Amino acid sequence: MASVHSDQSMVHNEPTRTSLDAAAIKILVSGGFGVGKTTMIGSVSEIPPLRTEETMTEAGKGVDDLVGVEGKTTTTVALDFGRITINPDLVVYLFGTPGQDRFWFMWDELASGALGAVVLADTRRLDDCFAAVDFFERRSVPFLIGVNCFDGVQPYTIDDVRAALDLSPGVPVLLCDARDRGYTKDLLVNLVRHVMPGGHHGHAPGPR
Amino acid sequence: MSEQQWWFDDAAGPLARPYALTGGRTRTEGIELDLVTLVVATQPDIHAKRVDAESARLLWVCEHPLSVAEAAAGIRLPLRVVKVLLVDLIQAHYMFYRTRLPATTPDLDTMQRVIDGLRAL
Repeated sequence: MASVHSDQSMVHNEPTRTSLDAAAIKILVSGGFGVGKTTMIGSVSEIPPLRTEETMTEAGKGVDDLVGVEGKTTTTVALDFGRITINPDLVVYLFGTPGQDRFWFMWDELASGALGAVVLADTRRLDDCFAAVDFFERRSVPFLIGVNCFDGVQPYTIDDVRAALDLSPGVPVLLCDARDRGYTKDLLVNLVRHVMPGGHHGHAPGPR
Repeated sequence: MSEQQWWFDDAAGPLARPYALTGGRTRTEGIELDLVTLVVATQPDIHAKRVDAESARLLWVCEHPLSVAEAAAGIRLPLRVVKVLLVDLIQAHYMFYRTRLPATTPDLDTMQRVIDGLRAL
């Protein structure tokens, strides 16, 4: 991801302090490499997206003694994330999932305890998000599709996208612009509604 | 475990360097820290003097409650390493942690508050 933070219009005030007893909600932002995940996170985060790294040893549970293993580099995967403090007792964290398949080992930890996921789709490279859709379906992580309209261009309909991704009827598909705070808020609101019991399955425009 | 398998090979690259900080340990002693587990240091001004430099930075970064992911980003070390350092600090009572996860499906009231909060952004 080239631009870690493209939205310079945000005001970064001292964030409201979080209580140690706060409920921390984890929402994932997924999709192919370069689709705009970090841009989307930055559009609503109260802090510029932060980056942390995990090493390939994440998969090496049970390795207690690495003495003698020498070298200069470690294979790492970068995670970008942002934060929305709803109030001191309620914080939403948005985590971008690694955009490359070889970093699957990180997805289990990301998905663990996640409320749900936004899968960003670029209709020029729709197959880039197949892997994310598959993963969330298999793990029963609720998700919706945000079709990122680059430069306002969107040659496909919602139904085209739904058919191409072979989505279950209940999965909301919404158009969005990852740079736009309003669209991002709307995606997140729809995701939480989608997760809520009672059948709020979003209000995706167009025929269902 | 009967089927211990070494999943990595030489191509996985060297694994040692970040773990020198943790004495090679990768386990977290039964304290499960998620990316969004909240942690906070207790009296970092006192305790930072009693620990190694990286742990001291961690204490200062966590002067106010932060998620594990934010703490890791704050001291620019890999998550796995930071988790081990955090566990040591928690066990030394230099740090508190609190998780209300897994809350894969929080209660309706919480979800409604998330929706209301997002709309008010």
